[in-house]
Amino acid sequence: MGLENLFHGFQIAVTPFNLFITVLGITLGTIIGVLPGLGGANGVAILLPLTFTMPPTSAIILLTSLYWGALFGGAITSVLFNIPGEPWSVATTFDGYPLARQGQGGQALTAAFTSSFVGALFSIVLITFFAPLLAEIALRFGPPEFFAIQLLTFSSFIGLGGGDPLKSLVSIVLGFILAAVGLDIVTGQLRMTFGFVDLMKGFDFIVAVIGLFGIGEILLSVEEGLSFKGIRTSMNLRVVLDTWKVLPRYARTFVRGAFIGFWMGFKPGGATPASFMSYAFAKRFSKHPERFGKGEIEGVVAPETAAHAAGVAAMLPMITLGIPGSPTAAVMMGGLIIWGLQPGPMLFKDNPDFVWGLIASMYTGNLIGVLMVLAFVPFFASILRIPFAILTPLIVVICAIGSYAVHNSMIDIWYMVIFGVVGYVFKKLDYPLAPLVLALVLGDLAENALRQSLIMSQGSLAIFVTRPIAGAITAVALLFFALPVLTPWWRRLRGNPTVAHET
Amino acid sequence: MRAADITTASVLLLLGGVVLFDAARLGIGWGTDGPKSGFFPFCLAVVLIGACGAILVQALRRSAQTPFVTRERLAPVLTVLWPAVAMVALVHVAGLYVASALYLGFYMRWAGRHGWTAVVLCAVGVPVLTFVVFETWFMVPMPKGPVEAWLGY
Repeated sequence: MGLENLFHGFQIAVTPFNLFITVLGITLGTIIGVLPGLGGANGVAILLPLTFTMPPTSAIILLTSLYWGALFGGAITSVLFNIPGEPWSVATTFDGYPLARQGQGGQALTAAFTSSFVGALFSIVLITFFAPLLAEIALRFGPPEFFAIQLLTFSSFIGLGGGDPLKSLVSIVLGFILAAVGLDIVTGQLRMTFGFVDLMKGFDFIVAVIGLFGIGEILLSVEEGLSFKGIRTSMNLRVVLDTWKVLPRYARTFVRGAFIGFWMGFKPGGATPASFMSYAFAKRFSKHPERFGKGEIEGVVAPETAAHAAGVAAMLPMITLGIPGSPTAAVMMGGLIIWGLQPGPMLFKDNPDFVWGLIASMYTGNLIGVLMVLAFVPFFASILRIPFAILTPLIVVICAIGSYAVHNSMIDIWYMVIFGVVGYVFKKLDYPLAPLVLALVLGDLAENALRQSLIMSQGSLAIFVTRPIAGAITAVALLFFALPVLTPWWRRLRGNPTVAHET
Repeated sequence: MRAADITTASVLLLLGGVVLFDAARLGIGWGTDGPKSGFFPFCLAVVLIGACGAILVQALRRSAQTPFVTRERLAPVLTVLWPAVAMVALVHVAGLYVASALYLGFYMRWAGRHGWTAVVLCAVGVPVLTFVVFETWFMVPMPKGPVEAWLGY
């Protein structure tokens, strides 16, 4: 049943217009991934207004292609410039940059792109088969189950996100508070507006994404005084083919990375820990762990496979449960709502063309993506040679345009500036930004699920424990919430209190 | 870092208080057909106040080590920030295209010390390009000022 649907999806994805959209999206996405201050999430946010008039399938293809491009683009700056364009490409710099300095940048990039492709493909195949099953199960979910899943989503930031659990909690709650500002659709009352008309429509998460990630990132990178001294590299067919001959040796690393990536990726905030975990595993199982960090191809393969597998896996909860697995998926979900689609399990019943077109486009998008980046690396790398005094104002202007276009309102540009400053301060103080954005997106949904559950149970919280599925999910969520407290206690019990904090 | 941590936590604590106040106004109990409007914000405010209080205590106990940002490193941040704020203010009067042209030109000349040819080329070229893409191609209107009106848009 799955294959027929997929075939049908290919008929939608492989039209000349949609292929053109794919190429356009990947080109823009790679540029965005290469530029500092612009990443997948705010790139998608800025382009979102341009898709309002498109058919939804083409629109989602444009945005997902942009996302694949941004994932590929992150590898280019990591290897050639030693600047991770995205947090999940930090681990790629460990061995990618040394390789480039030894004149093997071409090999490192080929390995990175190929690994990304393999990781992505693995996740896409799993999505193709699991998404319909998961959607089928999710159709039977009621409000208590959905609230339990929301709880799980946010608990995983606290339990598995690394960082300070208290600060993660503050970010989450702040996102929910911002989401609650404005009209309460259930009772029709105004909340937290304090008589200001501008506050009545609340805060749009797209503007928050552009401010927090775009402007905040720019401020941070100018503070660090980034100067881009890249290594020039020659890419030709021979280098690519020679590298491909070596890569099968790392088959185990590929498989391990892909599994880690998928497993971590469909939970929120998973791509970055997945890439580090995959790198650590590759090093532990390698015959030559001492070569890691000095220019080992395997050290590029491991994080890239996992990061891209995780990036793709983040789409799974979005299309099946209506809960995004990453900020970028959150922005896309916002797009779905604007295009008039209801994210979640009903998509598979109501809009099969859209879902299967999207899944098929993941295959074509990643295939076209890997070929394009392999062919045009020098072009994309040259973007970072544009002087910083041109790039900086250009990115600010693009961010302003994107913020205005969401609602055609000036106040949103001001919000963008404020969110930018907040993003800069939060990032410096280690308040994670991704949970804030996700909470802002899911705020109304979570609150409604909570209210409806409480109405069902006449106000008793026991409803989240007594229903079997909701109970199981709530239990896992509570475990995650307790993890930061339990872990030190557990370590003391085992008698080694000084274990390094895992990423 | 310590001072910044304390300030941020205090500001958020204050915000929690404001939310709590508003939640109390809306009612946090059970209405006729379910929880009242203030119920969810009330829960959030309680968690926010609790978490910020804990962060505050942690920060107060710690000794001050590294500063949040040094004066030399703050300078480039401000050179980006204040022209950006000025540009956004200018959009209100002159429209987005003219404001971004002035902003691009000013920043390139002032922060980057580029030659006048490059400055004029970029400052005019970028807004014209965005105008073509947004206004004519994708039909997404941007805020416009007297210059666009004079050109007939």
